[in-house]
Amino acid sequence: MAGGAASGGSAQTDTFKESRTWLLMPSWLVLGFFILIPVLMMLLYSFLTKEFRGGVIWEFSLSAYDQFFFDRGLFGDEEPSIEWTYINIFWRSIWQAGAATILSLLIGFPTAYFIATRPAESRQMWVFLVTIPYWVNLLIRTISMKFLLRDQGPLNDFLMAIGFVDSPVHIINTDFAVQLGLFYSYLPFMVLPIYAAVERYNFSLSEAAADLYATKWQTLRKVLLPAVKPGVIAGCILVFVPSLGSFLAPDLLGGAKNFMIGSLIEEQFKGNAGNWPFGAAASMILLSLVMVILMISARKSNKGGEG
Amino acid sequence: MTKAKNVAVEVQSAVKRYGSFTALKTISLAIQDNEFFTLLGPSGCGKTTLLRMIAGFETVSEGAIYLYGEEIAKLPPNKRPVNTVFQNYALFPQMSIEENVMFGVEMRGKSKAEARKRAGEMLELVQLTQFANRKPSQLSGGQQQRVALARALAPEPKVLLLDEPLSALDLKLRQAMRFELKEIQRETGITFIFVTHDQEEALTMSDRIAVMSAGELQQLGAAQEIYERPHNMFVADFIGETNLLEVSVDELNNGRATCHLGGSHALTCNEVAGVNVGSKVHLSIRPERLFLSETPAEGESLAGVVKDNIYIGTDIQTIVDLNQGPQMVVRTSNSDRGNKRIFESGASVFVNMEMGAARLLAD
Repeated sequence: MAGGAASGGSAQTDTFKESRTWLLMPSWLVLGFFILIPVLMMLLYSFLTKEFRGGVIWEFSLSAYDQFFFDRGLFGDEEPSIEWTYINIFWRSIWQAGAATILSLLIGFPTAYFIATRPAESRQMWVFLVTIPYWVNLLIRTISMKFLLRDQGPLNDFLMAIGFVDSPVHIINTDFAVQLGLFYSYLPFMVLPIYAAVERYNFSLSEAAADLYATKWQTLRKVLLPAVKPGVIAGCILVFVPSLGSFLAPDLLGGAKNFMIGSLIEEQFKGNAGNWPFGAAASMILLSLVMVILMISARKSNKGGEG
Repeated sequence: MTKAKNVAVEVQSAVKRYGSFTALKTISLAIQDNEFFTLLGPSGCGKTTLLRMIAGFETVSEGAIYLYGEEIAKLPPNKRPVNTVFQNYALFPQMSIEENVMFGVEMRGKSKAEARKRAGEMLELVQLTQFANRKPSQLSGGQQQRVALARALAPEPKVLLLDEPLSALDLKLRQAMRFELKEIQRETGITFIFVTHDQEEALTMSDRIAVMSAGELQQLGAAQEIYERPHNMFVADFIGETNLLEVSVDELNNGRATCHLGGSHALTCNEVAGVNVGSKVHLSIRPERLFLSETPAEGESLAGVVKDNIYIGTDIQTIVDLNQGPQMVVRTSNSDRGNKRIFESGASVFVNMEMGAARLLAD
């Protein structure tokens, strides 16, 4: 009667216990050199003074963060007020990435469910089909999207041919085009984790729900979704985070006025017009934002996953 | 046909086909109200398919299913007032035990408070009240099994379907659960349809048993009827242990058939329809209805030599080679009561049988 039967956790073996430190070394080195050190450099640069031809002067300064959040007038001598320009860019980036994530979820979930419910032999093929477009470089795919969506492009030709619209729908250079681009760029990151979760799902739970008088919709909401929630959260993070920092889709599909954080940061490091400390500061703010989102969702999925 | 009120479920010429494969070949049966009814058969015999057709998880290719006179074959599972206890329990892992039991009651449109009250009653019935707030993964297999039962009973189904509910439990627990299930069935008065491949389970619990094989109904009757008077070879062989002997019929006289089984051995037994003089048929004799002696006893007596004794605890099983005939297995209860004797291997003995022990089978 006492407590836990079959907690189902993976048993940790002692096979590699002695050599654990050595075996983990390559990962630690890669993580250290290519992630930890660059991030620390970025953090350092964000507190330095800008050099006008790009680069930095080694002198401590908070001006990059100050410039991000406060408006002190053209000559920097006015009473500081909140600078909305960059906050707004952040805000619209979150909105764009969020919309792309929701779009991916709406299309990705049924896709993943469809694949996971095929016979075992054909699932591999469906997963393969989902990943095929990703054999082509992201830049090329995004440019192709531009041609597909433009006023004289195949999409509008098709819509007019079937008589759905009389004149071309203006999609390119709108928010929606950016969302479509992001959605298309990251859809497999939504499909694959959800597919993995649905494949592990015990479908007799759905039968049990139907047996207990639940409608299809109630079964989805009360039984299937809670069971595959970790996969859904993972998919949303994997789409949302890269969308947030993306600059290809907004640059190519969104036009000049659809600026996102990725483009803002990119610009600070490109050419002579750049401002390295400001770019670094914007990156750090983006990083903190992403970390907060990850921590919240980690806590949420922990709560759902226990037991 | 029979639309009588006391028929809970009536299956009328139901057929189930998967593509070109026929899983269920025209089954008809009527399950009485308040009955503990068992579908018994080896895996792949179609018993689970039939249960799932009653539950609504499988469509009916042909025929009809009535629930208290109402045709249900076209209804989806959530519109049928029957509930299922699944083989793997299928408890909702993210819900507590109480929420699991409340689920069906709430889905039927009852309020949360009502559902909670009903769940409390059901958990009391299966003696799991103190586990209400646990998650299914925190319970043992036997406890999960009882939660599954409570969950299926909570919405007050007209018929409860049980799909091999005890097969995942160990022997002791399985035996204890048999009594508990039977007790709960009596207490609630709900019709139980129980699927199992375990003949002992079927014999001990059921009011009536339907023995199935290869998608067909082999025999339907009470436990005793099926064990003592099996209709055919499959039933005789599948239920319990038996000596199946190939015999040819020599004589038919007054409802008795005289058969010989190789050598000079002859037996008389019941006559069955469709058997003529000269027919080669099978004979079933239960090992516990046989006994050994040094000299021939009154009645049917066959001479042979003991080949081996096998100790099985409750009984001792003796294998006897009949002189110029087939082999027979005799079971002797392992007790000192009565004038039983165990013969060493190599001993010459006579195999004797009680009246009516030999059953001729229509194959």
